Amino acid sequence: MKPAGEEFPKEKYDELNVFIESLETTKGALIEILHRAQHIFGYLPRDVQLYIARKLGIPGAEVFGVVSFYSYFSTKPGGKHTISVCMGTACFVRGADKILQEFREKLGIQTNETTEDGLFTLKDVRCIGACGLAPVVMVDGKVYGRVKAGDIDGILNSYRTKEVQHADKVPGGVK
Amino acid sequence: MHIKIEPGRKHAKGEKYKYKHENISDINGEINSDLMVPDKKKINVRINDQDLTVPEGITILEAAHRAGVKIPTLCHLDLHDLQLYNKTASCRVCMVEVVDERNNRNKLVPSCVTKLQEGMAVRTDTRRAITARRMAVELLLSNHPNECFTCPKNLECELQSLAEELNVREIRWEGERMTYPKDISSDAIVKDSNKCIYCRRCETACNEVQTCGILSGIGRGFNSFVGPFANISMVESSCTYCGQCVQVCPTAALTEVYHTDKVWEAINAPGKYVIVQTAPAIRVALGELFGMEPGTVVTGKMVTALRRMGFDAVFDTDFGADLTIMEEASELIYRLQNGKTLPILTNCCPAWVKFIEHQFPELIHVPSTCKSPHIMLGTMAKTYYAEKMGIDPDSIVMVSVMPCIAKKAEARRPELTKDERNNVDISITTRELGAMIHEAGIEFAKLPDGEFDSPLGESSGAAVMFGTAGGVIEAALRTASEWLTGEPLKEIEFEDLRGMDGVRRAVVKIGDKELKIGIASGLGNARHILEDIRDGRADYHAIEIMACPGGCIAGGGQPYHHGNDEIVKKRREAIFEEDRSKKIRKSHENKEILELYKTYLGEPFGEKAHELLHTHFEERERI
Repeated sequence: MKPAGEEFPKEKYDELNVFIESLETTKGALIEILHRAQHIFGYLPRDVQLYIARKLGIPGAEVFGVVSFYSYFSTKPGGKHTISVCMGTACFVRGADKILQEFREKLGIQTNETTEDGLFTLKDVRCIGACGLAPVVMVDGKVYGRVKAGDIDGILNSYRTKEVQHADKVPGGVK
Repeated sequence: MHIKIEPGRKHAKGEKYKYKHENISDINGEINSDLMVPDKKKINVRINDQDLTVPEGITILEAAHRAGVKIPTLCHLDLHDLQLYNKTASCRVCMVEVVDERNNRNKLVPSCVTKLQEGMAVRTDTRRAITARRMAVELLLSNHPNECFTCPKNLECELQSLAEELNVREIRWEGERMTYPKDISSDAIVKDSNKCIYCRRCETACNEVQTCGILSGIGRGFNSFVGPFANISMVESSCTYCGQCVQVCPTAALTEVYHTDKVWEAINAPGKYVIVQTAPAIRVALGELFGMEPGTVVTGKMVTALRRMGFDAVFDTDFGADLTIMEEASELIYRLQNGKTLPILTNCCPAWVKFIEHQFPELIHVPSTCKSPHIMLGTMAKTYYAEKMGIDPDSIVMVSVMPCIAKKAEARRPELTKDERNNVDISITTRELGAMIHEAGIEFAKLPDGEFDSPLGESSGAAVMFGTAGGVIEAALRTASEWLTGEPLKEIEFEDLRGMDGVRRAVVKIGDKELKIGIASGLGNARHILEDIRDGRADYHAIEIMACPGGCIAGGGQPYHHGNDEIVKKRREAIFEEDRSKKIRKSHENKEILELYKTYLGEPFGEKAHELLHTHFEERERI
């Protein structure tokens, strides 16, 4: 797991800077800038929020107000894999809430949290456009359809196994 | 529940929108300066049974107010003189019905932000409108702690008054409740988000008026609250503790840190010599807490009350103000004659000092190095006075009564101690003093007048002027000008320096010299002046800054004005009245001050004065 107060390389700030400079005006562009920052840094840590506030000449509290309002923005680093459980209408009526609960219990985390080993982040999302396969779970880019509670261990283990294989090859990797 | 409204029910059919001239009242003017433009288009409207001609662009609330129709409000705030306008329309307490005959369905709208249009008919008095207003309050109460008895805002709370006014007798809903921890991290402000009703007045005061940018709406929906960046505590933020958020908060979501118990404890502790001092702006506001007219000067009664409460000595912060002038005027002359940093900035206001430390750290060499008046008086009490009276300085407890919340935090600044001794031990607000007088069972209005104790009690009219915007610089100029020219002033009142405008510029002629003076009250206005100085656009000689719009008379620790800025104007008039009533009106003619320099301090701005009466500032981070 990435430590809190992580230091980012200057290149990332430079990339954000280039984007901000390219804007005709920063007025009303806060959300756009935050989107780009989250894309560059993976999430929006405190230092990045303050950096944006000072760059734009607005209070840090204003930036944080926007970041904390939209569920899209995250102030914590995400896990290696993002599990998105679709809570759209079709998935919901076919028991997506039970699937989500099962994931919570198996991973020992709440929605929008990351497991201690930094492997999984759990999210609930709105319709991902695969209603025919309801209920749907998406891990990173991969879609799992007609998911049953009994499938969950299998899904999680397939990612855990990959990690172990990977760690065997790279010394000091995640165990 | 729905009652059909017939806007023209008083008139014969077909005459509904013919306006009878004898019934038309023109309510143009005085509402809002931009509505006073003479060529502003007029429109005809109807509120309840009154036909009105109003200027275009006026809101239902403003027009109703002028026509004598009361609509309750909560989040709305319109303080023209203090330049604070909160029009967030978030509380829904001012709902009224706009008549829609065509669809036979009247529309509920918030009157504070809905502008009147030609032919519009409004009902404020229907069952539906009244119920909607009451329901808004009931819903707020359903998630509000029921602890009015022990709440610091008991009988001062606008939500409480509204519940009474709207005849709420029952809270019909039980729901989830907020459970935020109380932020008691700072020495000055307590933030209790469980009592917040999201009116956003504090945000407007903090961000738009003061431009400090500390408070923002955080999160969304039920879980939202008002707080600083990244959920840090108030003490970690760049808050100046000006207390303007506290002054406008309708509930007890933002209050001062209460020290009244500490004061009673000191008064009753054996072997303690407890001294109290009162700031210039207290005497023109304290009476309001005892039902007296705003602007009543209660200096004498206040002194008697303090003595009866048991203080061993009652001193006047005005003495500290005169001392500040002796030092500040000397520093101004020194800077002028030796080509040192100009302009000089007055620094009596601790919120303003903290503002420059956080927001303009590159300018912290510009303010005068003088301590603020209550700190100077505290220092003198524990040195000069203690020596003179043979009192052990360690037994002295210095209590200051201030119109201010920031003074509480200032008194705790580490550099403001001398030999590990606090310059001021406890600072309380005007409101806290009022509460203590009530608690002691003293009938304030019936008290005889008393006199401050000597030798730290005498003061000039110049000193009392510290209580209002422009007063410190006028006091400094009365002294600096006589010292520079060696002649007595012909005109002692500097009219050009007076006014309620946020930024004031004036040129004052002293002998053959012209001094450019700037005055800013309100930190947003101060920011403009500081940007000018930083970017080299300003050529001022001296600038006075006070954090609160209007100065200390409208300070964060003063009796709540509840959205009525007339009160502040009356306090201001009272300050000038007090100045005019004084025999001595210039700081350098205060005999006790002259005695202090002669027997103890030596020269103004000299070595000993530097050691005891001057301080330094720190660059701080902006969060």
